[in-house]
Amino acid sequence: MRRAYRARRFLHGLAESVEERMRKLIEIENVTHAYRTVAGPLPVLDNLNLSIPQGKFCAVVGPSGCGKSTLTRLIAGLMFPDSGEVRLHGERVRSPRKTVGMAFQNPVLLEWRTILQNVILPLEIVAPTMAKAQKEARARELLAMVGLEDFEDKRPSELSGGMRQRASLCRSLVHKPDILILDEPFGALDAFTREDLWQLMHKLRAEEPFTALLITHDLRESVYLADQVVVLSGRPATTQFVLDIDMPGPRPIDMLYSTQSVDWLAQLRDQIEIAQGRGAKTEGAI
Amino acid sequence: MTRAEIQKIVTPILAIIIVLALWEFWVWYMGWPTYKMAAPSDLWPAFWQYRELFFINAWQTLWRTVVGLGLAVVVGTILGMIMGLSRVMNDALYPLLVGFNAIPKATVVPVVALIFIGQHDFNTILVAFMISFFPISVSIAIGLSTLEPEYRDILRSLGASRFTVFWKIALPKTLPEFFGALKVAVTLAFIGTNLVEIVTPHGRGLGSLFDSGRIASNYPLMFAVLIALAILGIVLYYFVVALERIFAGWAERRPT
Ligand SMILES: Nc1ncnc2c1ncn2[C@@H]1O[C@H](COP(=O)(O)OP(=O)(O)OP(=O)(O)O)[C@@H](O)[C@H]1O
Ligand SMILES: [Mg+2]
Repeated sequence: MRRAYRARRFLHGLAESVEERMRKLIEIENVTHAYRTVAGPLPVLDNLNLSIPQGKFCAVVGPSGCGKSTLTRLIAGLMFPDSGEVRLHGERVRSPRKTVGMAFQNPVLLEWRTILQNVILPLEIVAPTMAKAQKEARARELLAMVGLEDFEDKRPSELSGGMRQRASLCRSLVHKPDILILDEPFGALDAFTREDLWQLMHKLRAEEPFTALLITHDLRESVYLADQVVVLSGRPATTQFVLDIDMPGPRPIDMLYSTQSVDWLAQLRDQIEIAQGRGAKTEGAI
Repeated sequence: MTRAEIQKIVTPILAIIIVLALWEFWVWYMGWPTYKMAAPSDLWPAFWQYRELFFINAWQTLWRTVVGLGLAVVVGTILGMIMGLSRVMNDALYPLLVGFNAIPKATVVPVVALIFIGQHDFNTILVAFMISFFPISVSIAIGLSTLEPEYRDILRSLGASRFTVFWKIALPKTLPEFFGALKVAVTLAFIGTNLVEIVTPHGRGLGSLFDSGRIASNYPLMFAVLIALAILGIVLYYFVVALERIFAGWAERRPT
């Protein structure tokens, strides 16, 4: 009797953990990685842990050169860790997959294609059999969403920096990826354009929910956009601090000025200083 | 036609007329006979007298240059791809290519002529190829190896093959450099063709016409050949420019 009960409890727990795993879209478990350089191995990630549930927006901040871009390459399957595991949908990442969308600080648009053709590019790889008209319709839909409907036939060089970054975002979303990986996409923009694009991110998420990992250097950006902010330590990076930004519903930009946000920002600020090896509040205000 | 367009056509024509006039004047002023230096006014009669030979030989020179250049494009691109995509192959091949390129091709011509005796067409094409593939492979290799990793990653992260990345991104991105190199290569190939035609006389091509002019001390003919070569060179060059407009026109700087 008792054994049967325990077995049932065990099976129940197992089922639960599978379900739990499914809900966690990305899991990074004890990931350690070093680059092999001429001067010997350069440890970049050290026992890093991170998990992003389905549909959540995770921001990663950390000192410059600590290994954030490396982390994105591991998740995208462009590289594999020395040890530890990166899992997508509970499955170990062994190669790049069609369900990832990437955007970088540099919008990397192709000058020989129009904006529309640039946005279509991932579909040419992911859905080669899709009809051209269908691909274009999908790209137009996204371009309209970001306010670029009048620039479809322009060349990238004819657009402003902010517009190029919008087009780049459309390209990373056109194939409806499971996970959107953003490596400082707003880093090179001026403050006003940046805030515009933050709001655009919320709008895009409301229209077509996606799971995202955002690398950023801007703490306000992380608090405004993310459901969860992860602070990485200096190189070799490990998970130093996780902050849940518990704020369902729409986020007006002035949420950044609420006492709650100011408190979050202060916490993150302290953590960054620790990560930079300066120690919080020991050297006074910087 | 706008003023700017008219200016674009008229200016070079004027420049040519001025140069010819100066040349004519100089020969007249020095009182040189035609066996010392021909004047522009001597050239047309020389051309008209041998016009049939001019056309036959110009065609010979032209097709062998184009085939040699075509070969240089194919081989140069393949070599450039190998060097651009593999660091090891780059390290291995680069010094070899530089050394090969440094050999004056005039010394290669007799060697080639000895190896492939009597194969005139083949020899000419071979030299045109050898002299012109280097800039093409270097431009492709540099274009590929300097491709920013992000450009690669937007497709690689979707599981695209290396070939797809090459075809959709690396190759088109290198096209402007490629055409820059091709403009150099077309002139080089042309030089290569003429070199063989002059050094190993086999009675074909504008180079051999030049050589027969030299043997016969027919200076007007020699100069007429030089002018014909210049015209053919211009035609070839602008043919490449036209191709560039078609395939890499996007890289042209727009007025901003
Ligand atoms: N391909 C590579 N080979 C060797 N070392 C590398 C390579 N890529 C990155 N590194 C090194 O690994 C470290 C982490 O690099 P990474 O690009 O991941 O940092 P990052 O956190 O994204 O930096 P930033 O905030 O400046 O973008 C750096 O010190 C860098 O020099
Ligand atoms: Mg980075």
